[in-house]
Amino acid sequence: MHAGIIFLLVIIGSVLFHIFTPWYWTDIASNWKGMDDTITLTFWVGGGVFVAVCLFMIYCVFKYQHKEDRRAEYKPEDKKLEKILTWATTLGVCALLAPGLIIWNQYVNVPKNAIEVDVMAWQWGWQYRLPGADGKLGTTQVRNIADNNPFGINPDDPFGKDDIMVESDVINLENNRPVKILLRSVDVLHNWYVPQFRAKMDAVPGTVTFYWFEPNKVGEYEVLCAEYCGVGHYAMRGGVEVQDKADYEVWLSEQETFEQLSARYEKLNVDGNKLAKK
Amino acid sequence: MSDEYDNNKSYQAQSSEVMDGSAGSINPDIDYVRPAEVGEQDLYHGHSFIEKWIFCQDAKVIGVQYFLTAVFTGIVGLILSWLMRLQLGFPGLAGFMTAEHYYQFVTMHGMIMVVYFLTALFLGGFGNYLIPLMVGARDMVFPYVNMLSFWMFFVAVAVLMASFFVPGGPTGAGWTLYPPQTILEGTPGSGMGILLMLISLSLFVIGFTMGGLNYMITILQARTRGMTLMRMPLTVWGIFTATVLAMLAFPALLVSAIMMTLDKVLQTSFFMPTILKAGEVLEYGGGSPILFQHLFWFFGHPEVYIVALPAFGIVSDLISVHARKNIFGYRMMVWAIVGIGGLSFFVWAHHMYVSGMNPWFGFFFATTTLIIAVPTAMKVYNWILTLWRGNIRINTVMLWCLGFIVTFVNGGITGIFLGNVSVDVPLSDTYFVIAHFHMVMGIAPLMVIMGAVYHWFPLVAGKMLHEGLGKWHFWITFLGAYSIYFPMHYLGFIGVPRRYFEMYDSPYMTSAVGMNEFISIAAFIVGAAQFILVFNIIKTLKTGKKAEKNPWKANSLEWYTSTVPPEHGNFGERLPVVHRWPYDFSVPGAKDDFIPQTTAPSEVIHTEVEKT
Repeated sequence: MHAGIIFLLVIIGSVLFHIFTPWYWTDIASNWKGMDDTITLTFWVGGGVFVAVCLFMIYCVFKYQHKEDRRAEYKPEDKKLEKILTWATTLGVCALLAPGLIIWNQYVNVPKNAIEVDVMAWQWGWQYRLPGADGKLGTTQVRNIADNNPFGINPDDPFGKDDIMVESDVINLENNRPVKILLRSVDVLHNWYVPQFRAKMDAVPGTVTFYWFEPNKVGEYEVLCAEYCGVGHYAMRGGVEVQDKADYEVWLSEQETFEQLSARYEKLNVDGNKLAKK
Repeated sequence: MSDEYDNNKSYQAQSSEVMDGSAGSINPDIDYVRPAEVGEQDLYHGHSFIEKWIFCQDAKVIGVQYFLTAVFTGIVGLILSWLMRLQLGFPGLAGFMTAEHYYQFVTMHGMIMVVYFLTALFLGGFGNYLIPLMVGARDMVFPYVNMLSFWMFFVAVAVLMASFFVPGGPTGAGWTLYPPQTILEGTPGSGMGILLMLISLSLFVIGFTMGGLNYMITILQARTRGMTLMRMPLTVWGIFTATVLAMLAFPALLVSAIMMTLDKVLQTSFFMPTILKAGEVLEYGGGSPILFQHLFWFFGHPEVYIVALPAFGIVSDLISVHARKNIFGYRMMVWAIVGIGGLSFFVWAHHMYVSGMNPWFGFFFATTTLIIAVPTAMKVYNWILTLWRGNIRINTVMLWCLGFIVTFVNGGITGIFLGNVSVDVPLSDTYFVIAHFHMVMGIAPLMVIMGAVYHWFPLVAGKMLHEGLGKWHFWITFLGAYSIYFPMHYLGFIGVPRRYFEMYDSPYMTSAVGMNEFISIAAFIVGAAQFILVFNIIKTLKTGKKAEKNPWKANSLEWYTSTVPPEHGNFGERLPVVHRWPYDFSVPGAKDDFIPQTTAPSEVIHTEVEKT
């Protein structure tokens, strides 16, 4: 008897916790509301099944407690019932899977007008690069990476010259404009994750991965690394600042291009050599 | 012609088991069981203490050895989890806790609990003890190889534990051991620690293969007369299918361990692309980190079911015995176990939706993953339908089973979140994942293990564990574990990533400080409560009530041995002959509410038994 009551309290407690929890999603700041909605749907269907199964179990515990003079029913199979349950479950599963796949289809198809942002990760930090006036990022190679070329841009690639180098672990994004995040890593796995944007993807050394989202709320957000990358994993933070178009343009104009950066380093070198000669 | 006639007669005999009291004269052939086709196995009986208890070939002793060694690793894993929770709930309280240590504890906790504790306990422990007894064999078919299997496991555990004491300590790469970080500086234990881990895993796989061959072949070849496949207890079905999965999945782990060892020692580049580390380009190039993930999860996902299927099987038997009712839909249960086992090889990349693999894989793996929910749900329905109109004993064993149903359904439902590709995107790599897999493959199987310990202890030791202590053990464990993992899902919703040594001051994370403290305290209590069982066992062995034979009034063969506890050879002079499935409980017309598998149809002539 006690057992049934305690189990019942556990189920009631779970439902109440879910309703009154102070811990829930951060306010969404991107276009992926569909993910939240699918989670809500799954909560209704899955939570309903959980509660129903547990209540049925608790009912049995109350109703069919052992009595010496009673016998259980002897009924090894009930084909019809099993068939109904199988189809009902299949239907429920399809109802959950369908929206999941539809949203995934959006997730893997990047809109044409998305601006590319090259995110480079290393142990333990982030760097960003944007395409310049030509709208194209220059090709890169890990072996080219040096102080005067933090992204390893191929010096012969004409598309690379005007690439915009963001020398900060904070990247600014334009509000209401889709962003295609290109992820690269020079050492181990990382994952560029902003909880408010919902989306994430691993950065894998040796390849370029991507995902996209459209920020829709002006503000500052913290970037977390969401794939374990060694002892500094928990401290590998960065930032995003979502701005309106006008503010964003101002910020953009203040950034250095790859050509300018190379020139600055060359000058440093020349000056350094002059100093050495003197 | 005479041959044909005989066959025909035996067929008729077996099919006429649905008996009716009005049937008049008794046909002597209704008890017919096909004779054995091969002679009995010769057993080597140990003569000295060492042969009887240490290098022993008796599967039951090997089972107990596996059990105790696995429990030892489990206690190590438990202590590691305490240390982790100490840091997460009360950062800075333990002065020695650096990020390096934290990640080493996380890694070792995960690997120990999944492989060395749960897998070894279910297959090595329960498998060895129960398979020969339940199928009516005198021992495993290759007793010597079986002995080697345990000792190989023992060496694997020793190597694993040794890694705590080497320079640099054990590996802190996370239990998934994802390269490149696993073997690069920047990850704790990337020197000796990871090497010992890879060696230990390889030894484990070798040892497990020896055991697994035994389990499979014993079940396929050494069943006693009348024990058809569809008369086997679901425990045996669960262990059998899990073993088949293990034999197919572990090789993937072995090759990935070997390849990673080569990457580490000989600078090959199976998994290593060009890497820039501290301004230097390392001597690697062209390898694929994602290849390792595919190999790892090709092992890793079936591994989940290697743990879950024996738990499914065992809990079905426990529920049936203690609800005094046949398991509902036995055939469906068998096919669900086999179906889940087969499907489990087609879902591995649902661990990798955001790994950077080709995103189009997501469609396939989300679909296969959600298909697996159907047979799994059928099993859940059948467990609760077994309780329906049962005659349920609410004893310690049943409590663990009920606790299993609650935690398993909870964890199964959250699995639908994570399996459903786009829902996984915000939740993957957060605490939601931790809560999900601990609920579904940590707590739920643990509930079954505990139920099984209370259920079979009278057989193994001949004494009854104390019920009162058992109930305290259950309630503290169940309520405590539930209050650890249920709220933890919500940490994942707010976006707290897993494997974080410290949360710092991100606003949505600081809101969870109180919850983290609560979870940690609950974890300390639940861990401590496990020692109630240790105390109960010691107390029972010393002063406990002697168990009567077959105290639960079960039907399966392990309760019908010549002596309790069963001796080497299990069944005395003659092997039992099986006439029915093990679930003939509360059969209308029968004198008792159970009919043992060995009872011939002619002995229960006035009953309405289903043909099995």
